[in-house]
Amino acid sequence: MRAHDNRAWLLVLPVFVVVLFSAVLPLMTVVNYSVQDSFGNNQFFWNGMGWFRELLDPSSELGGRFLAALVRNLAFSAMILAIEVPLGILVALCMPRRGWRLAVTLVVMALPLLVPWNVVGTIWQVFARADIGLFGAAVNGAGIDYNYAGEPVAAWVTVVLMDVWHWTSLVALLCYAGLRAIPDAYYQAAKVDGASRWAVFRHIELPKLRRVLVIAVLLRFIDSFMIYTEPFVVTGGGPGNSTTFLSIDLVKLALGQFDLGKAAAMSLVYNLITLLVCWVFFTTLTQIDARREGAA
Amino acid sequence: MARITLDGIAHSYGPRPSVPDDYALKPLHLEWKQGLAYALLGPSGCGKTTLLNIISGLVQPSAGRLLFDGQDVTDWSTERRNIAQVFQFPVIYDTMTVGGNLAFPLNNRRLPRMQVQARVAETAAMLGLTDVLDRPARGMSADAKQKISLGRGLVRQDVAAVLFDEPLTVIDPGLTWELRSKLKAVHRALDLLMISVTHDQTEALTFADEVVVMNGGRVLQVGTPAELFERPDHTFVGHFIGSPGMNLLPAAVEGARARVDGHELALPGHYAKLGGRVQVGVRPDFVRLTAGPGLPVQIERVDDLGRLRLARVRLGDHPLVATVPPGVPIDGVEARLAIDPSRMHVYVDDVRVEPE
Repeated sequence: MRAHDNRAWLLVLPVFVVVLFSAVLPLMTVVNYSVQDSFGNNQFFWNGMGWFRELLDPSSELGGRFLAALVRNLAFSAMILAIEVPLGILVALCMPRRGWRLAVTLVVMALPLLVPWNVVGTIWQVFARADIGLFGAAVNGAGIDYNYAGEPVAAWVTVVLMDVWHWTSLVALLCYAGLRAIPDAYYQAAKVDGASRWAVFRHIELPKLRRVLVIAVLLRFIDSFMIYTEPFVVTGGGPGNSTTFLSIDLVKLALGQFDLGKAAAMSLVYNLITLLVCWVFFTTLTQIDARREGAA
Repeated sequence: MARITLDGIAHSYGPRPSVPDDYALKPLHLEWKQGLAYALLGPSGCGKTTLLNIISGLVQPSAGRLLFDGQDVTDWSTERRNIAQVFQFPVIYDTMTVGGNLAFPLNNRRLPRMQVQARVAETAAMLGLTDVLDRPARGMSADAKQKISLGRGLVRQDVAAVLFDEPLTVIDPGLTWELRSKLKAVHRALDLLMISVTHDQTEALTFADEVVVMNGGRVLQVGTPAELFERPDHTFVGHFIGSPGMNLLPAAVEGARARVDGHELALPGHYAKLGGRVQVGVRPDFVRLTAGPGLPVQIERVDDLGRLRLARVRLGDHPLVATVPPGVPIDGVEARLAIDPSRMHVYVDDVRVEPE
């Protein structure tokens, strides 16, 4: 048995205090709100598990709107992953390997990543406008009816395109780094073996990219699942509720309607879903690694 | 199966070579015979891997022609040349089984299923991989991975040649011997032309029928291990092969005698008048300390290698390595040296000259 010097706790104390004020207390406030109903003039009434029961019951008003927003979020994440991951791989495969072309490509690709979220929203709000926006006017000029402020499909197309524009670079840069890490001998061996371009991709590049792809998918999922600023700036959640994602709905509920109890319950469940998904990703990732190491 | 001819092959990695120093590989002519094993031996950066990659078509030579059985293949793709190549670090396809790896080159060439299976089974049997055919290739050990790499080459019928680029680098020392004898067995069984790149002289001398010694992009000597040992054509070969390498002493040669720092050494024959930088060379194996008469030298150090003793000595100003025969006592720093004149070679500007 080693003797422990308990004075060490004293040194950790400041961290506990900071975490207490920055995380624990605000979270407890939310927990506190979630079991009460709020009225004007700062009056609160005990509601128990009422909000949670309502939230998880799709036939109620609150539950229905929560489920609809959740489905929209999942659909959005699925769509942008389905576009950004293959597109990012494709871009990474086409990127130059060295020289000034590489430098130019890297700078151009990093640009969207450096633009603040609400600026991205503003750019697309103008860019996609049917009357004066370059993109919106061009699409309409081509004879396709397109107005993101009026029709849900156009709004979704705009929001998804905006995310693809904003974040495909990230996936591409991650994949590019992964591709650069493959030793030349693999490509040479593939040539000796007479492998086609597709076979090289399928049997060399894709397996070597797997780990960076897991990271890319994880990052993009978390980010897109929490999306707020860009669609809020462009569509404000509309038309109707067609692009009202969970975070947008949450803000409507908390700051628009000032239903603090409902909003608190909703944010707790939202938080739990995010945590759950991250846990699943993390466990899968570490288990794959463990299995690999077991095999090697 | 093929005879490979290099006709004036040269390579430069820069775009517009003008002076000879621009070439990583200086123009060379070589002929490699079907059924023999060759080793390209030289220090890092001597151009041996470049030469190997030119043969496999991974590098396009800047000049010259490459012939397989008299046919010009310089512009052929790697795939069309049908050669097998094993790289320094084992290359395996992670997602496939061992059998899948072996079948890969055949599937790429769209061979019928039955034929693929038969060839894979045959190749696996030859390399001792039959038991692991269904295992994922990812988890195999480094030496098994190198066997798989080799197997992917051998599985094709009629490969023109098998090329090795330092294939034993990543293998545990204890297993290199086993893998090397496997390579020899495969070589004997298949009667293939094998070319191996290495910087390890033991590996080259045990693997190859003929060794090509390279330095600075030039081929300095092609010969059997015995020839390289007994009659190095270039001072680099004398120095690089053998451990320790050949003793080289600056000398003035007059007729059948060489003069080194005022000491006279006997030569195997009579030499014409020599210009340029003259050196005499003799391997440590033929320089012995002796109790009898000989050249006076100072002993600096004696290394006991167990099997033999080597003495670092000084003849005038020049260091030499000599063998200490059993029974020759060493006392003090003074000793006498006997050199076998028939083993002496004369080099002018690093190139060996024959006596008249």
